[in-house]
Amino acid sequence: MSRSLSSELRQLARDPILLVLLAAIALSIVVFVVYPLIKVLVASVQIGGVWTLDGYAELAQRRLYRNALMNSLGVATLVGVISVAIGYLAAFVLTRLDVPGKTLLHYVTILPIVSPPFVSAVSILFLFGFNGLITRQLLGLNDFSIYGFHGVVLSQVFTFAPIAYLSLRGVLASLSPTLEDAALNIGATRWQTFWKVSLPLSLPGIASAFLIVFIESMADFGNPLVLAGAAFPMLAPQAYLEITGSFNLSRGATLAIVLLIPSLTAFAIQRYYLAKRQYITVTGKPTASTSKIVSQPVKWLLYGLVIFFALLVAAFYAVILVGAFTKVWGFNYTPTLDHFLYVFDVGLDSVKDTLVVAIVSTPVSGLLGMLIAFLVVRRSFPGRTALEFGSILSFAVPGTVVGIGYILAFNAPPLILTGTLTILVLCFVFRYMPVGIQSGIAVLRQIDPAIEEAAQNLGASGLTTFRKVTLPLIAPAFFSGLVYAFVRAMTAISAAIFLVSANWNLMTVQILNQVGSGRLGVAAAFSVVVIVIVLIAIGIISYLIGRWSRHTSMVRFK
Amino acid sequence: MTDSIRIVGLNKLFSSPDGGTVAAVKDVNLEIGAGKLVTLLGPSGCGKTTLLRMIAGFEEPSSGDIFFGKKRMNEEPPNTRDTAMVFQSYAVFPHLDVFENVAFGLRLRKLPKIEIEERVARVLEQTGLSGYARRSPNQLSGGQQQRVALARCIVMEPKVLLFDEPLSNLDAKLREQMRVEIRELQQRVGITSIYVTHDQVEAMSISDEIVVMNAGVVEQLGTPHEIYARPASRFVADFIGKANFVPVKTLSGDAVDINGVRIGVREMPDLEAGTSVTAVVRPEAIHLAGDKGDFRGTVRRVMFLGNIAEYLVEIEGLGNWLVDSPNPAEAGLFATGDTVFLTPSPSSIHLLR
Repeated sequence: MSRSLSSELRQLARDPILLVLLAAIALSIVVFVVYPLIKVLVASVQIGGVWTLDGYAELAQRRLYRNALMNSLGVATLVGVISVAIGYLAAFVLTRLDVPGKTLLHYVTILPIVSPPFVSAVSILFLFGFNGLITRQLLGLNDFSIYGFHGVVLSQVFTFAPIAYLSLRGVLASLSPTLEDAALNIGATRWQTFWKVSLPLSLPGIASAFLIVFIESMADFGNPLVLAGAAFPMLAPQAYLEITGSFNLSRGATLAIVLLIPSLTAFAIQRYYLAKRQYITVTGKPTASTSKIVSQPVKWLLYGLVIFFALLVAAFYAVILVGAFTKVWGFNYTPTLDHFLYVFDVGLDSVKDTLVVAIVSTPVSGLLGMLIAFLVVRRSFPGRTALEFGSILSFAVPGTVVGIGYILAFNAPPLILTGTLTILVLCFVFRYMPVGIQSGIAVLRQIDPAIEEAAQNLGASGLTTFRKVTLPLIAPAFFSGLVYAFVRAMTAISAAIFLVSANWNLMTVQILNQVGSGRLGVAAAFSVVVIVIVLIAIGIISYLIGRWSRHTSMVRFK
Repeated sequence: MTDSIRIVGLNKLFSSPDGGTVAAVKDVNLEIGAGKLVTLLGPSGCGKTTLLRMIAGFEEPSSGDIFFGKKRMNEEPPNTRDTAMVFQSYAVFPHLDVFENVAFGLRLRKLPKIEIEERVARVLEQTGLSGYARRSPNQLSGGQQQRVALARCIVMEPKVLLFDEPLSNLDAKLREQMRVEIRELQQRVGITSIYVTHDQVEAMSISDEIVVMNAGVVEQLGTPHEIYARPASRFVADFIGKANFVPVKTLSGDAVDINGVRIGVREMPDLEAGTSVTAVVRPEAIHLAGDKGDFRGTVRRVMFLGNIAEYLVEIEGLGNWLVDSPNPAEAGLFATGDTVFLTPSPSSIHLLR
């Protein structure tokens, strides 16, 4: 052990650039990921300068907080189960069955991923709210309330089922269909094949998708804030209200820690237990992946269900679009441009601010993510596992916790950043880097290290190798890292809401304010603008990446 | 200019999962003359690739020294060693076309554009890739990718060329062809080359000298002929070609006693008469006849391989021997169960110490 450590240290000494890079990255992760969390923890056990656990005791005694915890856990569990069911169904149909329109269905299904967090909540209010199109105008209900458990679950399923779908799509696509063929070949019926082969093989993937949705749901801030209502407290909005409403920082911090624990637990299970149990049966040989385990009627039934979900997604967006051009939803359906005029007049600053934050943080986050992925996979140095863990940790930390951590950490010397552009950029860079890192690591592990060694062997230094060989090869991961960072920067709310100021405000916060003051039309118009910007940005990023590595599509991995 | 390579007391330890250490390369000493092609030959896991990677600078020796000419290279990073390596997986840059792959190292040296174009064109010509300059690597066959990898190395005019099992991903016919091309090219450019392979035929056919390795240790260093005719150990005899290991007793005069029969040998090691040793008898050095010979045996298995027939013959008191019989005519083949007589040729019996 000590021998390998000393040889790692010797290698570091031979490569001063690597040493400096590592030191800088490690330091920034400590300062911008770990330190804020420690501040939250400290604030939760230190009231008025005294170390105490009273904060937690008080939480346990008060029904409001007990309910908030139980409600959050209950919602997260149910949303996880429903989302995985929908996600598995869609993934199975769209990867394993021979049905028409798969590409279109795929894009419609993942649309909620690129939209701001309030789209579904606002749509639901349009459709099922007090003046909802369905509840009031079509059904004439006067006493129906969408607020509470069912509203949050509905909205979150809509928001997070696509995440489960994407995660399960990867799992199903990597299972060799020859295993099913083999089972059928030795006499299993279709049902037996599904129950005894297909399902068990994808079980770790299913559990993993469930935990990812669970984490997202626990951390979700926008949907509960809009749809939970006063009678149904939940952890993330409650922590926010404690701080902004009652200025009780330490109680907010305590709630944040309570929120953090189940998320981190789920993350640890997902990453360190399930990840090792995924059955990946990629052989490198493309096989015809059409599944033979469903009969024709069943196939069309499943297809119908996926179409139904896609139509629902489309309907939610149609409602937003129509709502954005409608005078007063529920009373006066005259078309109007008023809401957009408002967005580009009163709201213009927030549009600009959001764009600046997103445009600054996206490339930083993307490049840093690829660099960290490269260092973690290709270099050995002391503390490599810790660096990997630290850099993806923020994926599991709810935004509310990060937001509270940032105001606790950077509101006082040595680093005063609150109210600046810097704090928003830093927050977004370190929060949204993990996806780039993860996909970078995944892609790099499939690239033969000999390709980079060949570059070094021909005289390229470490940095030149990274720039001229590694980065072009991991362009697909770089792309997804950039897109994710941009989308999240445009749509983030949970951490950002603590960090915005009069000088730097974000569109998502504007949407929330408009929903809060009942101006759903303006909220819808803001949402449309965000979605349009995101779609344009994805187009630009994919064009730039495509031009920059023309041969990417020809990259053949070992 | 090309360099000689000297390796002194080289060791490489890896830490094993159970906390201990495993020696991948143990106390290796080698001298490789300038311009020579030397093969590191051995089964997988024998340390040959680790040794090569230490020479390239991808692995750091745990102890010992590597010299190119007079210069100690231990601390030199791989990108300044001026070695050029052909990788087993070719490691052609998939995002660059053939020309850019070959020009990669020259561009890093910031050579003038004209010179780069000239040198690349010349090397593409030498490696038969002239028409493929603007092809993307995945439009090339395995053999062509291999040539790109080779061209990319040669164009650098390095001090040392390194080959890490370069032909193991090619099919048999192409392997033979590339083996000839590599040898011819190496002799033409005259760069000191180290070639790693586990294929003994490949090693025999291209090397000036072969280093046979086993379990991290150099078992023998010699020309292909020396290694085949006078293997230093049972491992070498077994790994290079096929061998029958026969217990013998030395007799006075250049002869040994095999199961009571006196057989002459080519070279007698300095041993007292009556010492028990093991003799290596190559299958092709045994004459098989139906009527008379030194040993009588029964055919247990026959395999007709085209140019030879390979027999497994059981000899009473000596066990099973492999015998290769050249130019087997259909009528002349012995069948399983036939009684045959075997006569080893005295000039090809080698005694192991």
